[in-house]
Amino acid sequence: MSLLEIRNLSVEFDTAAGPFRALAGVDYTIEAGEVLAIVGESGSGKSVAMLALMGLLPDTATVTADKMTFEDIDLRSLSAARRRKVIGKDIAMIFQEPIASLNPCFTVGFQLDEALKTHTSLDRRQRRDRVIELLTAVGIPEPERRVGAFPHQMSGGQCQRVMIAIATACNPKLLIADEPTTALDVTIQKQILDLLTGLQRDHGMGLIMITHDMGVVAETADRVVVQYQGRQMETADVLTLFENPSNPYTKALLSALPENATGDRLPTVADFARDYAKETQAGTEARP
Amino acid sequence: MSDAILKVRDLKRGYEIGGGLFSAPRLLHAVKGVSFDVERGTTLAVVGESGCGKSTLARMLTMIDAPTSGSIEIDGTPIDIARSGITREMRQAVQIVFQNPYGSLNPRQKIGAVLEEPLLLNTSMSAAERRDAALAMLAKVGLKPEHYGRYPHMFSGGQRQRVAIARAIMLRPRLLVLDEPVSALDLSVQAQILNLLADLQDEFGLTYVFISHDLSVVRYIADKVMVMYFGEAVEYGTRDEVFENPQHDYTRTLFAATPKADVASIRARLEKKKAAAG
Amino acid sequence: MTDTPTPAVSVEAESRNATRQMLAEFWFYFSRNRGAVVGLVVFVTLVLVALAAPVVAPHDPDMQYRDSFLTPPFWSEGGKTAFLLGTDAVGRDILSRLIYGARFSLFIGLVVVTIALTGGIVLGLVAGYFRGWVDTVIMRVMDVVLAFPSLLLALVLVAVLGPGLVNAMIAIALVLQPHFVRLTRAAVLAERSRDYVVAARLAGAGNLRLMFKTILPNCLAPLIVQATLSFSNAILDAAALGFLGMGAQPPTPEWGTMLAEAREFILRAWWVVTFPGLAILITVLAINLVGDGLRDALDPKLKRS
Ligand SMILES: Nc1ncnc2c1ncn2[C@@H]1O[C@H](COP(=O)(O)OP(=O)(O)O)[C@@H](O)[C@H]1O
Ligand SMILES: Nc1ncnc2c1ncn2[C@@H]1O[C@H](COP(=O)(O)OP(=O)(O)O)[C@@H](O)[C@H]1O
Ligand SMILES: [Mg+2]
Ligand SMILES: [Mg+2]
Repeated sequence: MSLLEIRNLSVEFDTAAGPFRALAGVDYTIEAGEVLAIVGESGSGKSVAMLALMGLLPDTATVTADKMTFEDIDLRSLSAARRRKVIGKDIAMIFQEPIASLNPCFTVGFQLDEALKTHTSLDRRQRRDRVIELLTAVGIPEPERRVGAFPHQMSGGQCQRVMIAIATACNPKLLIADEPTTALDVTIQKQILDLLTGLQRDHGMGLIMITHDMGVVAETADRVVVQYQGRQMETADVLTLFENPSNPYTKALLSALPENATGDRLPTVADFARDYAKETQAGTEARP
Repeated sequence: MSDAILKVRDLKRGYEIGGGLFSAPRLLHAVKGVSFDVERGTTLAVVGESGCGKSTLARMLTMIDAPTSGSIEIDGTPIDIARSGITREMRQAVQIVFQNPYGSLNPRQKIGAVLEEPLLLNTSMSAAERRDAALAMLAKVGLKPEHYGRYPHMFSGGQRQRVAIARAIMLRPRLLVLDEPVSALDLSVQAQILNLLADLQDEFGLTYVFISHDLSVVRYIADKVMVMYFGEAVEYGTRDEVFENPQHDYTRTLFAATPKADVASIRARLEKKKAAAG
Repeated sequence: MTDTPTPAVSVEAESRNATRQMLAEFWFYFSRNRGAVVGLVVFVTLVLVALAAPVVAPHDPDMQYRDSFLTPPFWSEGGKTAFLLGTDAVGRDILSRLIYGARFSLFIGLVVVTIALTGGIVLGLVAGYFRGWVDTVIMRVMDVVLAFPSLLLALVLVAVLGPGLVNAMIAIALVLQPHFVRLTRAAVLAERSRDYVVAARLAGAGNLRLMFKTILPNCLAPLIVQATLSFSNAILDAAALGFLGMGAQPPTPEWGTMLAEAREFILRAWWVVTFPGLAILITVLAINLVGDGLRDALDPKLKRS
């Protein structure tokens, strides 16, 4: 049994310009203890997919799926609020903007404590110890002193560490990281990625790593889903994907990496995009 | 010996920060004395983490802010905006492209007006001539004539960055400062913009100061590389010198932290993981 | 790519298309707010009625019908269908006076907002753009104005200038002005360090161009919302001044003045106070609803691309 299984997920938004299909039939499967990377350009529907799963989309969105189960719980039959209650402890999520995801009015210690209060039955003392323990685990120096710090007193990397601490506070079975390092410098990115994969390994969590950066995929993933304009282009394990990608989009994307450059101009995905646009306009869905 | 279009010597810039009601302002040195030359038609890449003073340097080079001390010379002309202000010639010599394509275009200005503004303010061209120049420039940066009348929010990030580049070269500058021009863009779009920059460099003989935090991009585009760390240039040399044989510890840390997307390193990582698990 | 129309034609067409698309998008977000649409309908009706007052009003507003003092509305006992909403103490038709009064109220709103907006924008732009001592001086003066209860200050101003509709409008405009100054200044502060402003400066734009052509259009959204709210405020304040005898002078059919004249008959003839009061209420409510809708449509934070 898979940890999370989603089949044929589609999301449509009601917008000024009429209905907009942000996701058109994507499938995700993740096993316990696996790192799945979802990679795609901005606007390819990566975040929308995860928000749909968590029931966090605005009510202008229509979500449909053939199957959406988390450990045998059918999520489709639950209302959004009920769903968050059921899976809130087992699925945690961290976002791209670490400083914006923390509440600026409360200390990080308080925010961690809140997370523990809602999802566990620990008493005050135990919670306090657990907060220190968590902050230590995510590598915040001097955690005893830092519990009283406000988010603006910490750097972006430290805020992301706190977010990770909050997300992992209740030992979730699945952690969704939505571009967790996009706003951070490479040296900090490296630390955060190491931290995430370390925690994932130690706790045997499932980890969904959403990113647009092929380097992050290469450094973290076991399996990869490549997404383009709301459609799934390719699913493969990471080595296969980089060694011999089967989908033309993946091929184009990998050859656009500057480190793979051969001539004095980079190959781009423009040709692919043009063909793709034609194909989808003709009505033939380019699904691999 | 060389044909340096830009000569920078011991450039410094401090910001006064803090200084509330009860405390004296503190001086923060954002750029602590950097020196470099850029030769005509080449690209100098400036690398470093956020906060190390790259944008501050860019703003001094493009005469947005005046340096605290030090000298900038463009094509043999010393630049000192604090004393002499900016002349039309100086403005035509250097232009800038900003990182965030969403913030650098006026949301209430149509693309045509964006491109024509520099011409309107600096030349005596007629409206029809300006329009022709703008349309020609649109074609040059890979946009279509029908984009002329649209507003910025109708464009994607990559298209906006094309517009920003087009605006910067409307006055045919000799030196273009690019402050993280591809950092906010997707990989595929990044490749297109890098190609566009290479095309424009060939066509107009442009000189670039290319600011970035992405080493793979720098390695691809640069002739010379300067690594900055807390306002100081810790490494400065040709691309091959810097990448083959980094001198400073920080440069090595930076290299080690950059994700590697080649098959060999993925394989090594998976092996290691398997070993740890098994 | 399939067809390449001659550039000249397509450039013009696209330019118009782009403008039309902006308007369409604006209307989409505005019309999502039901209350705003209702408010707009009421407001537009009001404007039309005011414009066509001589045609739609059944009677001359100043005509005194000696045979029907304090006639109740037509549905009450003793009412006449000739006077749908009844007559006042000197026999003038209330409906006609209300219809003509709409002209005054809308005129007051328009003039006050125009004066306050223009002054507020100029002062706010100067303060926010130049900062330094100019900013300090302007903002401290505005703080002083804001420190007075607004109606009281308006009263004092009218007392100095002398009672009358024009002076009342000037006084109200002065009282409302600081809100616009503050709002403009805040928006200018947020915009002036944005990259597009720096880029325009690098392109050679001078201070005036930067202020009015580059920055100002991007600050208009909150100002437009505030303008609608001030429009209704102006009507209210004008009515209050009129009621206190400091605004429009009788026999002007201004709503506040009508209320003031009717004061002594509140207990005997409910209609002489109720209908002007209702007219003010409905107008103010409609305009505030429109303001709400404008906020929805103009605030980029509430939108998604
Ligand atoms: N609330 C919304 N209303 C309308 N469109 C939306 C909304 N949220 C996202 N979208 C659209 O859905 C698409 C996918 O967005 P997203 O999943 O955020 O992309 P990303 O892959 O960068 O995370 C985008 O085109 C975006 O504009
Ligand atoms: N206007 C300013 N006032 C005060 N400090 C500033 C200002 N601009 C930048 N700084 C500081 O100067 C340093 C360098 O900033 P910047 O040049 O923007 O870095 P980078 O572009 O490399 O990320 C940072 O520590 C930043 O906080
Ligand atoms: Mg996203
Ligand atoms: Mg910067």
